[in-house]
Amino acid sequence: MQKEAAIREPLILGDKSYKDITDDVVGPIEGPAPIGWKIMITISSIVAVYGVGSILYLLGTGIGVWGLNKTVGWAWDITNFVWWVGIGHAGTLISAVLLLFRQKWRMAINRSAEAMTIFAVIMAAIFPGIHMGRIWVSYWVLPLPNQFGSLWVNFNSPLLWDVFAISTYFSVSLVFWYIGLIPDFATIRDRMTKPLSKKIYGLLSFGWSGRAKHWNRFEEVSLVLAGIATPLVFSVHSIVSMDFATSIVPGWHTTIFPPYFVSGAVFSGFAMVQTLLLIMRKGMKLENYIHVKHVEYMNIVIIVTGSIVGVAYLTELFISWYSGVEYESYAFINRFSGPYSWAYWIMMTCNVISPQLFWFKKIRRSLIATFVLSIVVNIGMWFERYVIIVTSVHRDYDPSSWGEFHPTSVDVGVFIGTLGIFFTLFLGFARFFPVLALNELKTILKSSGENFKKKQANH
Amino acid sequence: MYDDDDKLMEAASALVAKGIRVKDVFSPFPVHGIDPIIGVKRTRLGIVAFMFATTGTTLALLGMWYFMISDWPMNIGGKPSFSLIENLPAFIPVTFEFSVLCGAHGMAITYLLRNGTLPGMPATNPDPRTTDDKFVIEITTEQNALSAAEMETAIKETQLFELSIKDYE
Repeated sequence: MQKEAAIREPLILGDKSYKDITDDVVGPIEGPAPIGWKIMITISSIVAVYGVGSILYLLGTGIGVWGLNKTVGWAWDITNFVWWVGIGHAGTLISAVLLLFRQKWRMAINRSAEAMTIFAVIMAAIFPGIHMGRIWVSYWVLPLPNQFGSLWVNFNSPLLWDVFAISTYFSVSLVFWYIGLIPDFATIRDRMTKPLSKKIYGLLSFGWSGRAKHWNRFEEVSLVLAGIATPLVFSVHSIVSMDFATSIVPGWHTTIFPPYFVSGAVFSGFAMVQTLLLIMRKGMKLENYIHVKHVEYMNIVIIVTGSIVGVAYLTELFISWYSGVEYESYAFINRFSGPYSWAYWIMMTCNVISPQLFWFKKIRRSLIATFVLSIVVNIGMWFERYVIIVTSVHRDYDPSSWGEFHPTSVDVGVFIGTLGIFFTLFLGFARFFPVLALNELKTILKSSGENFKKKQANH
Repeated sequence: MYDDDDKLMEAASALVAKGIRVKDVFSPFPVHGIDPIIGVKRTRLGIVAFMFATTGTTLALLGMWYFMISDWPMNIGGKPSFSLIENLPAFIPVTFEFSVLCGAHGMAITYLLRNGTLPGMPATNPDPRTTDDKFVIEITTEQNALSAAEMETAIKETQLFELSIKDYE
């Protein structure tokens, strides 16, 4: 058995046994749906339906219904895409990178963070899809034999790398998540008394029985998947950043983009995890598993990545001046003083200044402050992508083609709609899935549980 | 059946020391250290993942060589595709992604097949409590030289929670 220093704060509070962990996590699934959940899912599904309607209208009419014009060809669509992909980075980072570093606090949050990742990547994938306009020919991005020559897709293009990166990331995250879910579905299956739910969870659990050999393989699979998912996390957002960095547009053509985008992604992903978990722990009474210490750990990650993002902003500014390239310098002067300076300063305030508040222990350990700041960070990170994309393209080399972007109701509708779909999926997850990794939490109960720590101290 | 993982470990060691072969152990979570006691060898799934990943690497490079170099070379931005080695830097991202894709899925599918855990499979744990908070050591008479009575006394010496004897004929 692993031992842990007694002065370390316990990760599982209260006098818990293995049985209590099962009861606390599976209990809410068995009981009737709470009223708060019903209200939330009603609102989010209405928003989701509105979003689906906007998307269908867009596909039926063409992307002319967006506010795009011939100068600004990428705006809210790609902003939303990058924003969602960024949010989708925390889940695999928490489960893979923190698994490799043997960070036990991840066990309380990894399941829901991974679910969030998967739903966020689905939302992200919508945008390049609908941005094509003719979504029915989206299979053209795959290297399939065809009647045009065969004319193949261009493997030198970062946009194609993105196709491979996002689809690999999505499917590997899904597999990683599901492999971990199988034993927990088995736990639910063995508790359920209603025949229908027993049957459904039985199907989902793939007949898992918890044999020693299977657990042995399970741990190996988790470790290896974590090992290969870790570079995958970094590669995905690096490739997303190369969509911009390999172009010649001033403001995009920067070598710091990959690390800058990856830390920005982790930053926004953790902020979204905070937003969701702070509601979920309250609603599902999981305060003993996700408590202040977990929130504090995540806030520390937010300070670190937020500071990296801040340094990257300043580096960009400095280098644009130091490079001596007037187009580059202008792009950045235009960012903070041009027609979109309001967006730039929102971004600066939300992403650079606000996370620095977490240096104060009081704020870092305050749940309300964390909740508010996590939303602020999410807003800031949306504006970061908006600033990078729109301000860079709206004034490029040729002043006669300068223009501005104004979103239409369809732009707004599609974005709000993806939020609705995302929250609907997440609420569905919270209701019917084991939201904490039961089998992992049980392994740390004896080393990090409050009651076992006290016993150890009394020895 | 045991109600604690430490008791399970002690019991398993005691039984194995008496020369009893443990057929299997069912637990609600991975009990670290039980594998060497009951003779479960380290899995070779890591090797499987590596083999799938190298297959992915090879396929990706071969595919891109065929699409971009051999079948339809294109001059993109004055950077023509004439040889794989000159174009390799641009091919690295897709090569990496495809290796990870093949490695991860190959490993996951092998894992599910080898476990026999597939959609629609029936559960085989002897007691539903083993996925909650109980631990079961399964011992069969066929695999052991000792008689059933001898084994029963040995098992009863451990910190037992419950013992169930089933007759499969």
